[in-house]
Amino acid sequence: MQFMLLFSRQGKLRLQKWYVPLSDKEKKKITRELVQTVLARKPKMCSFLEWRDLKIVYKRYASLYFCCAIEDQDNELITLEIIHRYVELLDKYFGSVCELDIIFNFEKAYFILDEFLLGGEVQETSKKNVLKAIEQADLLQEVKTHRIKYETIVFSL
Amino acid sequence: MALKMVKGSIDRMFDKNLQDLVRGIRNHKEDEAKYISQCIDEIKQELKQDNIAVKANAVCKLTYLQMLGYDISWAAFNIIEVMSASKFTFKRIGYLAASQCFHEGTDVIMLTTNQIRKDLSSPNQYDTGVALTGLSCFVTPDLARDLANDIMTLMSHTKPYIRKKAVLIMYKVFLKYPESLRPAFPRLKEKLEDPDPGVQSAAVNVICELARRNPKNYLSLAPLFFKLMTSSTNNWVLIKIIKLFGALTPLEPRLGKKLIEPLTNLIHRNADWNLCFCVAVLISLSSGMPNHSASIQLCVQKLRILIEDSDQNLKYLGLLAMSKILKTHPKSVQSHKDLILQCLDDKDESIRLRALDLLYGMVSKKNLMEIVKKLMIHVDKAEGTTYRDELLTKIIDICSQSNYQYITNFEWYISILVELTRLEGTRHGHLIAAQMLDVAIRVKAIRKFAVSQMAMLLDNAHLIASNTQRNGICEVLYAAAWICGEFSEHLEEANQTLEAMLRPKVTTLPGHIQAVYVQNMVKLYASILQQKEQSGEKEAAQEITQLMIERLPQFVQSADLEVQERASCILQLIKYVQKLQVKEVPVAEEVIALFAGELNPVAPKAQKKVPVPEGLDLDAWINEPPSDSESEDEKPKTIFHEEEQRHSRHRQPEIDEEELARRREARKQEQANNPFYIKSSPSPQKRYQDTPGVEHIPVVQIDLSVPLKVPGMPMSDQYVKLEEERRHKQKLEKDKKKKKQKKEKRGKHHRHNSLHTESEEDIAPAHHVDIITEEMPENALPSDEDDKDPNDPYKALDIDLDKPLADSEKLPVQRHRNVETLKSPDAEVPLEEKKSKKPKKKEKKHKEKERDKGKKKEKEKKVVEEEEEEGKKVILQDLQYFISCSSCHHSEEEPPQSVQNGTLDDDYRLLAENPYIKMTYDIQGNLQNDSQVTVSVIFENKSTSFLKSMELNVLDSLNTKMLRPEGSSVHDGIPVPFQLPPGISNEAQFVFTLQSIVMAQKLKGTLSFIVKNDEGSTHEKLDFKLHFSCASYLITTPCYSDAFAKLLESGDLHMSSIKVDGISISFQHLLAKICFHHHFSVVERVDSCASMYSRSIQGHHVCLLVKKGENSVSIDGKCNDSTLLSNLLDEMKETLSKC
Repeated sequence: MQFMLLFSRQGKLRLQKWYVPLSDKEKKKITRELVQTVLARKPKMCSFLEWRDLKIVYKRYASLYFCCAIEDQDNELITLEIIHRYVELLDKYFGSVCELDIIFNFEKAYFILDEFLLGGEVQETSKKNVLKAIEQADLLQEVKTHRIKYETIVFSL
Repeated sequence: MALKMVKGSIDRMFDKNLQDLVRGIRNHKEDEAKYISQCIDEIKQELKQDNIAVKANAVCKLTYLQMLGYDISWAAFNIIEVMSASKFTFKRIGYLAASQCFHEGTDVIMLTTNQIRKDLSSPNQYDTGVALTGLSCFVTPDLARDLANDIMTLMSHTKPYIRKKAVLIMYKVFLKYPESLRPAFPRLKEKLEDPDPGVQSAAVNVICELARRNPKNYLSLAPLFFKLMTSSTNNWVLIKIIKLFGALTPLEPRLGKKLIEPLTNLIHRNADWNLCFCVAVLISLSSGMPNHSASIQLCVQKLRILIEDSDQNLKYLGLLAMSKILKTHPKSVQSHKDLILQCLDDKDESIRLRALDLLYGMVSKKNLMEIVKKLMIHVDKAEGTTYRDELLTKIIDICSQSNYQYITNFEWYISILVELTRLEGTRHGHLIAAQMLDVAIRVKAIRKFAVSQMAMLLDNAHLIASNTQRNGICEVLYAAAWICGEFSEHLEEANQTLEAMLRPKVTTLPGHIQAVYVQNMVKLYASILQQKEQSGEKEAAQEITQLMIERLPQFVQSADLEVQERASCILQLIKYVQKLQVKEVPVAEEVIALFAGELNPVAPKAQKKVPVPEGLDLDAWINEPPSDSESEDEKPKTIFHEEEQRHSRHRQPEIDEEELARRREARKQEQANNPFYIKSSPSPQKRYQDTPGVEHIPVVQIDLSVPLKVPGMPMSDQYVKLEEERRHKQKLEKDKKKKKQKKEKRGKHHRHNSLHTESEEDIAPAHHVDIITEEMPENALPSDEDDKDPNDPYKALDIDLDKPLADSEKLPVQRHRNVETLKSPDAEVPLEEKKSKKPKKKEKKHKEKERDKGKKKEKEKKVVEEEEEEGKKVILQDLQYFISCSSCHHSEEEPPQSVQNGTLDDDYRLLAENPYIKMTYDIQGNLQNDSQVTVSVIFENKSTSFLKSMELNVLDSLNTKMLRPEGSSVHDGIPVPFQLPPGISNEAQFVFTLQSIVMAQKLKGTLSFIVKNDEGSTHEKLDFKLHFSCASYLITTPCYSDAFAKLLESGDLHMSSIKVDGISISFQHLLAKICFHHHFSVVERVDSCASMYSRSIQGHHVCLLVKKGENSVSIDGKCNDSTLLSNLLDEMKETLSKC
């Protein structure tokens, strides 16, 4: 896998992970282009598209698009499975995850992703192991991360 | 100090944390930029403080801002500070920030080396983990070199959590520092058998990725992966392994044979479509042998179901897989043409593109016009330029593939190209132009038609060039102008075309097109001049000269240098011609001599293939290389060159080595792309003939208000109809002929006629088409290496992994400053540790020798080389063994020794031999049909003559018959479908039907053939005996021990046993022999006792219990049929007694 992007329906980037070294400028350009192309697609279209020499696999969960770029020989369905697995992990960790969870705890979302994928390859296929590793690492953090009451924030918006 | 701490924590209370920042940004929607710049200022303040917690908080906020697109590279150093914090909380944030924003260009990255090394050896596994994760994102070649050894040590860490991360990151290290691959590989291989499934899957992942790029180096791992595939239950791992085999099978076709079975099992068993998909792809790759057609058929059928599915994802993947099968089995996909064409109507662009891909491989002479017609309709309908451009390129690809193989009517193709010029806003004008040029140059018969069409295009140039949006398409004018000029002898209304080219509007075209216009109008002018002079119309000749002189100045004023230069040159020339004309001197001959000679197309790589003459050293300097200072001085000049070169193709006389090299390269490429590149000796004869016209094409004055269709253009559709009619006629004629033939030749050659089916070749081209082959230089070198991209990062990893390691290849171990790394003993001697035992031995020997015979270096070198060779051989033999032996699951770790004399290398037995030909054969049961076996015979031409008209015939027995084509008698032989040039071998297959399989059979047969050499041809015969052993009716079938036990318990089986004495080979070998020669598979093996299983094509179960005593082997067998069993055991006895 070359990179993974999470963005909202409005086209706002929520998370990005690059497994290939690219300059910031290039990353921005790719992100912009891809967000546009993916958002322009209708819901009933298939989850794959060819883009430059890569294959893009994306899936929409509620208001968030999860979008991965893979190489020609990689398997599309397994990539969908990876996306789904990641969503499941987020869901387990945050307890029915929503976009705000990822916005306000974006570093956690990264940590989970890093336990699941490494260098663009699946590192751990067992959900239990991933969550266990994250929980134990969290325990090491002396300051307990206080989860914020989102209701109040949502209200204030 | 205490005060500082207090102050720090108070400050922190007032600091914004990440959540505050996010909330703030959301509350300042109107002035986000301002708010953020304010935040960045605050962050800068926070970063200046000593408190690491404050810094970490600041870095965390920066990471968020980085995602929003703000540049945070200025904080790189602060990020490193946070990375080196001792507390995990901060370290984690630091590494996250680094992994998000560091890249190879970040200069402070080298400061992190020691910090990362420290973290890697931290007692806390999460410290190590976070460092590895971070490193995977920003590893540079330097970091990879310095840390490779540390990471390799971690691959043997006690905690699987670290092991799996270390294994995965090794892949990134290999990419950045290819030298690390060889030393690290043994350990990586070892990890394939790690007790932890996570580590195992990580190792599979890495090796798969490596092997995908350079499969040949990983062939020797095939047995290991085969074992993993049959034992693994993890679908993620399975898919990776299947992918790996996908890369390996093209290199070792026999591997495919082996894989078919487990894969078919998977495809049947697994409802998971994903796996199905993988398997389908692989089967298609692995199939080199004809008896696969059944499984391919199965695949294609399953894929059809996928494509018909309403789920768009499945549809897409179905098409994708179909295109992979298409490459190897075009026939089986072609029958689904209807479905593919349907997909072109799909709403989803991804699916349409996939369908287009498929069409490319599906065209034939018969359906090309139809398919292209459909595509043209889609071009008209298509919305969105990208898809339309894609359609356009596909149409051209489809038509031009394999040297225009499928085009029967080039007039049709030219009109398709002309129709394509109507496309608005396409970027691919140059593609169409290139096709026009190529066809016009290489198909002589079409030139006249092409010229008339191009003249029309030139006449309507304003339509094409008028719209600025359509400027991509104006490239076709380039082709049009050139074709009209070069082949002006075919031009009917040359005057009119010349006038069209001289219109003032032309000056709005891009420079390079104008330049071609100018050049070619002279060619036109020359031919008109000649025409007029020959017919004695002096005034007309002068008029045309006058016209040129009047109109050329508009080009002389051009801003484009090339146009200007050519135009002024030509203007002077024509003025001179005018002077001569006034004096009534005939000039046409001289003017036309300017363009004498025929242009032939040059093959793309012709230049490269010219052998370097002896004594010429291309690398030697012609002049001494310029000194550094000089080249610096010239720098601004070269920049100027480059720019100018792009605009015009002037040759600059200055010599600058670098520039020269670059130019040479550019020129080579240009020549490769340029079909007009002229060979050095132009043939002097060029005929100028006036050819009768194309008058039926009317030239209508254009109504500008309807710019979409170019009037007067023939529609390609009419060709489709014409073609259909023509083919119909042809067919009728042929049928008539056939009938006649039949009447004449009834009886004798009946069989041949029935075999004859209407093939593609029957469609004759509309008119005689000679495609001029591209010219190659004389004595061109035959090598046809494809240029590989030198920048391919995976090329560096193309390393032979089977060679034993040399000492020089050790990974660099950092010894200075960092003492911790040396504490672990592994770090010092990781390289000698090896799982695979043979290379280890070699290594040891090598080392000892080095110590002992330090002086005799040269001799030693040889020895090492020999050993390397030997090592390789052993590995190859292992592979051979694996491939040939059936799917027995070896429980041993050590790969079995290969059998002496390479008896297992070749599974083909000798059938017969004489000085001309050698036949070897192999018999295989047919899974699909319980009464058929396939005999594969390899024919090898041993003589120096040409062998042809080979015919194989067998005397059928009551029980066993050769399957002959319908209508032929039992006495007819079957023609071998190929001829054999000297020294060549090829394989043919013959199917036999059997009734009973309980007994071995022998069939007598004859091969007749014609030997053709310089002295003439003679008829030869070779008799043979085809031996169908009982074992050849068995099909290797894996069986699980529980099923095996049930089978034995059922009590339906007859029993029999044998004992053979004097067995000296190892039990392992013995089992391998039984597996190989008698098609059994091992169910279970305990010490010197093994149970084996096989199945006959008619469904008999055969179970064996093999026990080895000292120097003897006893085999107890159970089978549904006692005769079969006793015959089988007899055969086995014979095999074993040879041991």
